[in-house]
Amino acid sequence: MLSRVLTIAAQEIRIGIRNRWILLATLILAVFSLALALLGSAPAGSLGVDRLTITVASLASLSVYLVPLIALLLAFDAICGEIERGTLLMTFSCPISRPEFLLGKAIGHTLVLTFALVIGYGMTAALLVSTGTGSLAGLADFSRLIATSVLLGVCFLAIGYVLSSLTRQSGTAAAAAIAAWLVLVVLYDLALLGALVANPSGIFASQVFPYAVLLNPADAFRLFNLAALGASDLVGGMAGVSEALPFDPVLALASLVLFAGMALTASAVLIRRITP
Amino acid sequence: MTNSTLTVQSVTKRFKSHIAVDRVSFALRPGERVALLGHNGAGKTTLFKMALGFLKRDEGDIAVMGAAPGSNSARRVTAYLPESVAFPAALTGEEIVRFYARLKGANAGGALELLERVGLEDAARRRVGTYSKGMRQRLGLAQALIGKPKFVLLDEPTTGLDPISRQNVYELIGEVAEQGATVLLSSHALTELEARTDRILILSKGQLVADDELGTLRAQAGLPIRLKVWTKPGAVREVAEQLGAGKMNGTSVELDCGLDDKVRTLSAISALGNLVEDVDVHAPSLDDVYRHFSNTAQKEA
Repeated sequence: MLSRVLTIAAQEIRIGIRNRWILLATLILAVFSLALALLGSAPAGSLGVDRLTITVASLASLSVYLVPLIALLLAFDAICGEIERGTLLMTFSCPISRPEFLLGKAIGHTLVLTFALVIGYGMTAALLVSTGTGSLAGLADFSRLIATSVLLGVCFLAIGYVLSSLTRQSGTAAAAAIAAWLVLVVLYDLALLGALVANPSGIFASQVFPYAVLLNPADAFRLFNLAALGASDLVGGMAGVSEALPFDPVLALASLVLFAGMALTASAVLIRRITP
Repeated sequence: MTNSTLTVQSVTKRFKSHIAVDRVSFALRPGERVALLGHNGAGKTTLFKMALGFLKRDEGDIAVMGAAPGSNSARRVTAYLPESVAFPAALTGEEIVRFYARLKGANAGGALELLERVGLEDAARRRVGTYSKGMRQRLGLAQALIGKPKFVLLDEPTTGLDPISRQNVYELIGEVAEQGATVLLSSHALTELEARTDRILILSKGQLVADDELGTLRAQAGLPIRLKVWTKPGAVREVAEQLGAGKMNGTSVELDCGLDDKVRTLSAISALGNLVEDVDVHAPSLDDVYRHFSNTAQKEA
């Protein structure tokens, strides 16, 4: 079983290298994180905070936008694209089970994403450390950021697989993936913010809002990272919430793990019903 | 029946109100090359997908080497080449064959040998994106030959290929069958199947309307041999009268005759001497036989 899963994973990585997907994702993450680190942390010196730590705070917000996008772009084509090309017929006529196939894809895509994050963000960390503006504590924050970004990526990979097994055309799946990104990453926050502004002291603000943040993997990711940094006073915005939370921020991490597990299970159930 | 590679027993498949496959039964023996013919939408691909376990049948039974289609033991002996496959363009031919070899639990080291068998050894390290259509089809065949399968399903393996590539495909099919595998292939290009298959199945609107060797089917159909007699200018009418029948057509006369009448008719034509310039003898081709069975079935329906 393991060898078949790894065969699929290795194939995904090889394709990722060949069509320069990995290179592109790494480049995007590197360029944005370097820009944030070099331009955005200029005032950090006067605050007396580790420059690496404040960069991690900005990168957490960057990850919320970029990682789901990269994950969805990797995943939306995984099943319906193979149906369209006819390769799924051939793969499924081999003695491989469908959950094995999906697991292989997920492992391959996760490794692609991990590589891009480690190299892309790692370049920024290396630059800051080498110029003497980063410390070991900052590196720990950096590692946490990368690890949770991978977890966030897995959540959105799984969303991509669900969309990919619900549609038969990769064009439809691409549209659905973009819609999912827009709703979960942009509109969800706007809606919460709108509701909060409309009634800042009502039952929504105190009872519903914190859990609504927990339910969305993108928000749970940001909540956990900013709370772990204790950087709420530095970055403001959503982070201000973490002190007034009715629960431990680790719950946000648990929510991410749970979401990834549930979405992957859902896609495994859906792929069983597919006629390739 | 127990040693059949594939057994299909009164299998029916419905899609909503439309019946795609209607009470079809047949059995394939080891080493047979069988062609499945049928018009577009006759149920060929549906039948293939049921034999692979991708589609559930509504009625009847299918067994692949005694196992349920789609079960692990069935998939281990089955190889399949779908109608149109687009392999990942960024990978090389060798990488793709190795990938499927690993999935099938076969020795990935044999990839080059397989590519050699389909004549792709020189292109093994080139990206599939640079392959021609014939090369891609041969790559698909190499995939279908991995691990010495016992049951090979090929969905229109020669569509879009040039005559030489087609010939290569049939040579490979012959080799595979000689090693004891059953090959079931579907095709539109009927004439090229003559002498290259042992048995022919004809599907029409989901029903199996013929299942036999080509020679037997030809005799069953009782189709006439068509003779075309080219005459001297102006002698058309005379020749037509002498031969007792026929359609006049400018400078030629066309007439049909039964198989047992063939020699008698030909000698009658040669007795006309220099009135005749040339004769075409057109035996019923597989196309004609196919059309006959398919039309008969439609009239009955």
